[in-house]
Amino acid sequence: MKVVMSIKNILSKVTSSDSGKAVTLDEHIIEIVSDSGEGAQKAGQSFGALCAKMNNGTWTVEIIPAEVKPPARSKAGASGIRIRIGSKAVTNMGDEANVVIAFNEQVLYGRIDQKAYKAGTILLLENKWATHIDPEIVSQYTQAVEEFRTMGMIVHEIPMEEECQKIVENPALGKNMWVLGLLCGIYDRDMSIAEAQIKHTFSKKSANVIEKNINLLNAGRQYAVTHLDFQYNIPPGSDTSPKVVMNGNEAIGMGTIAAGIEVCSMYPITPATSASHYLAEFFESAGGLVHQAEDEIAAIGFAIGASYAGKTAITITSGPGMALKTEFLGLAVMAEVPLVIVDVQRGGPSTGLPTKVEQSDLLYALYGQPGDAPKIVMAASTIEECFHFVIVARQLAEAFRMPVILLTDANLATGVQPFPRPEFNPDWVAPPVDQSPWNPEVRPYQWDPGTGLSPRPIPGQKNGMYTLTGLAHDSNSKVAYDAAINQVSSDNRSRKIATFRSSLKPPVVMGNDEGDLLIVGWGSTRGAIEEAVGKVQKMGGRVSSIHLRFLSPIEPGLPELFKRFKKIMTVENNYGDKLDGSIITSENRRYSQLAWYLRAQTLTDVDFYSNVHGQPIRPGSIVNLIKQELGIS
Amino acid sequence: MFGLSEDCILEVPEEYYTLKDYEGNVPRWCPGCGDNTVLTVIQRLCRDRQLPPEKTVFVSGIGCSSRFPHYMKTYGFHGLHGRAFPVAEGIKFRRPDLHVFVATGDGDCCSIGAGHWVHAVRYNMDLTVMLLDNEIYGLTKKQTSPTSRIGTKSNTHPKGSILPAINPLTTTLGISNVSFVAQTADWNPPHMYATLMAAHEHKGFSFVRILQRCPHFNADAFETLAHDADASLLLRHQKGIQMDAALEKRYPNILEHDPSDLNKAREVAGREDKIPLGLLYQNTSNACYNDYGAHNMGFTIEQKKEALNRQLDRYAV
Repeated sequence: MKVVMSIKNILSKVTSSDSGKAVTLDEHIIEIVSDSGEGAQKAGQSFGALCAKMNNGTWTVEIIPAEVKPPARSKAGASGIRIRIGSKAVTNMGDEANVVIAFNEQVLYGRIDQKAYKAGTILLLENKWATHIDPEIVSQYTQAVEEFRTMGMIVHEIPMEEECQKIVENPALGKNMWVLGLLCGIYDRDMSIAEAQIKHTFSKKSANVIEKNINLLNAGRQYAVTHLDFQYNIPPGSDTSPKVVMNGNEAIGMGTIAAGIEVCSMYPITPATSASHYLAEFFESAGGLVHQAEDEIAAIGFAIGASYAGKTAITITSGPGMALKTEFLGLAVMAEVPLVIVDVQRGGPSTGLPTKVEQSDLLYALYGQPGDAPKIVMAASTIEECFHFVIVARQLAEAFRMPVILLTDANLATGVQPFPRPEFNPDWVAPPVDQSPWNPEVRPYQWDPGTGLSPRPIPGQKNGMYTLTGLAHDSNSKVAYDAAINQVSSDNRSRKIATFRSSLKPPVVMGNDEGDLLIVGWGSTRGAIEEAVGKVQKMGGRVSSIHLRFLSPIEPGLPELFKRFKKIMTVENNYGDKLDGSIITSENRRYSQLAWYLRAQTLTDVDFYSNVHGQPIRPGSIVNLIKQELGIS
Repeated sequence: MFGLSEDCILEVPEEYYTLKDYEGNVPRWCPGCGDNTVLTVIQRLCRDRQLPPEKTVFVSGIGCSSRFPHYMKTYGFHGLHGRAFPVAEGIKFRRPDLHVFVATGDGDCCSIGAGHWVHAVRYNMDLTVMLLDNEIYGLTKKQTSPTSRIGTKSNTHPKGSILPAINPLTTTLGISNVSFVAQTADWNPPHMYATLMAAHEHKGFSFVRILQRCPHFNADAFETLAHDADASLLLRHQKGIQMDAALEKRYPNILEHDPSDLNKAREVAGREDKIPLGLLYQNTSNACYNDYGAHNMGFTIEQKKEALNRQLDRYAV
């Protein structure tokens, strides 16, 4: 205990005398990269939370290898985290990193391939490899350091484990908290908040463990302020309203609780699973339960069963799981069962890129069922929307008696961002099961000819007895032996979409509502698009953007808006052919998904920029695209 | 007076449900189809137990047997090929007040829905399952079923089926957490009634295989069994299903079988010389998954608000 006190005393002196060297900046991008299992993500999440608590804009995104435990010191094995912090709100992971902390040099190669760094990026590299017993490792290390310097990066070799050893016996455990301290030193963080963060992170551990980690934290900070010749100050923003900070999957879990949903049935699939992990821990205390079904099909069937019986249900999955759910999804449309389905998209097709980002399920969500299966499809564009859209999806599902697909993706799932603390609203919560007697005059599918809407009897309601069927049926739920009934019921199911659309507002245009170029986005690309469009607008470019939340029905006003721009382009994280003048021509070109859909919906020549690199699209590449389109050099 | 004590209370139900109250649409099964018998037996069972129609749900998949819910005037769910179990589980999970029956067929349960079948047994939810097994696909007009015996000629195997049949009884008895397994036949309505009643009264997943004749596509399958009582083996035990003495008289082969003996049940279920009829296995001590699902129900809006705020506090900055 005495040791801790003395370190604290030294720190307070160092801090006050040393603050002069700090450079003030608007924002910075930091990465911590390691082998799997070295705690880089925990350190980065703690740092992100700490920055959010200091009222900085924050976005953290995990760097995840495909394997659970890839080989150590391998290019493909990079496991870590990126933290972007700013004075204002940060809405995406940004471009190249400014400061990188790496536990070995090999993992950096993968990041370099992904163009995550540039000349001028500061690398803080664990230097224990320089004196490793294996000469090959030593040579790999020295070669890499040289190579990084040739690329223009500024390499600082840091004796991380050596320093940790002064405090703990096994430096492999706790090195991450020393690194957290190092970052606290570089960015002059409030150490009382940092300590509180450690206590929160290790809340399930003993006091001894917490104390050791706090000592490591302080030692890391001390190292930074005494040994490093740089320090940055990112001033906090002025908005001090209450906020919460979490990732998109936690936000979905919390939105599920807020919506008063009582059943979440799921089957594990990356990157959707962590939402159900969150729920599994806390759902019971909110009157809900997670059911882990035997497969994806059973998961949605179970949710439909629960919903049929009056309990609002959610099922959370990712692309390959969505594929399996297709059959039941069609049934939910046909039988008009309310249901919330979250698709945390990953790269595809097939099992594709489980841990990587893609927005490739849009057309699948719209059209992925046999027959005509109209349903509401919406996409969250921020972590805050992940929370609120579950509530909206639940309300819409019940009001319109249909499945609602909520699309998010791996970028939102693992991204961590602060957002205004939601204020509970009783209207969010699903009403209790209605068991009052049903009016026998009202049929189970008594479609209103104007809206297609119909009330719904629930088991337990006297006089409401009906048999739900996936076969074409009349308003009494009788199997349609007369096929003409299929036209009537199809009309009504489709009409609901139009009814809902009439309540939607046109999308908000960021910038002027006329100009040379309109960028259209959906989902998690919003932060990067708006940042890029904002930058080019400041340069005087006549560019604007809109971001769609509702894809089915499509938001109103698009054809008119599109006419006021010379060119319309989507920016999205899915596949589209690049014109190459020979094989790929404008006649046979396969359009990216939103572009394809908008062309069909608006009869406008919509172009696109897209890729499937497994990474979120960066603001820098969108800036380049816009400049090229507008002819700005 | 009249020998009655003064505080005698006569319980008169507010509403008495007659057979008519359980009659749904007019069945469109073929004349002579065994499903008709099952429907009649179930309607009687509902009447005798006075199950409120609004509290009763019949869930099915796809197939001839899966039309069952349409012919009951209760709530019904006629879903997808092979997927009756997940739906029934979802219904029962948070609605323990509902009586949930599953009507499934041999193709539905043992082929396309086999994965769900295995897990449904393991979940042990309080469901009454009727496997209407006619050893053939009827609705799609005579294809081989997983329970079709070797040599059964069908449209998919015109020279006769080549694989050994699945035995739904031994299969179910082989799954962990098995709770109730019985077999009955459409040509013996009293036995079916007693068996389904025992299944309904059992708390847990009650699996009843009903040997059911398809006169149109597989008329020969149970010809011997239905007309020669000697081909059957009637299971009897004090812990088993209590049968009418007259019924027992019809069967020359009676086996005293203790339904709590799982190994013996598997042995009897696998017999091919004589087909067992009656209760093969019952275990009342297994926990029901729907009891777990019912444990935290009925939260008020205020409770939900508190739960949410606790979570938001944890993530507050």
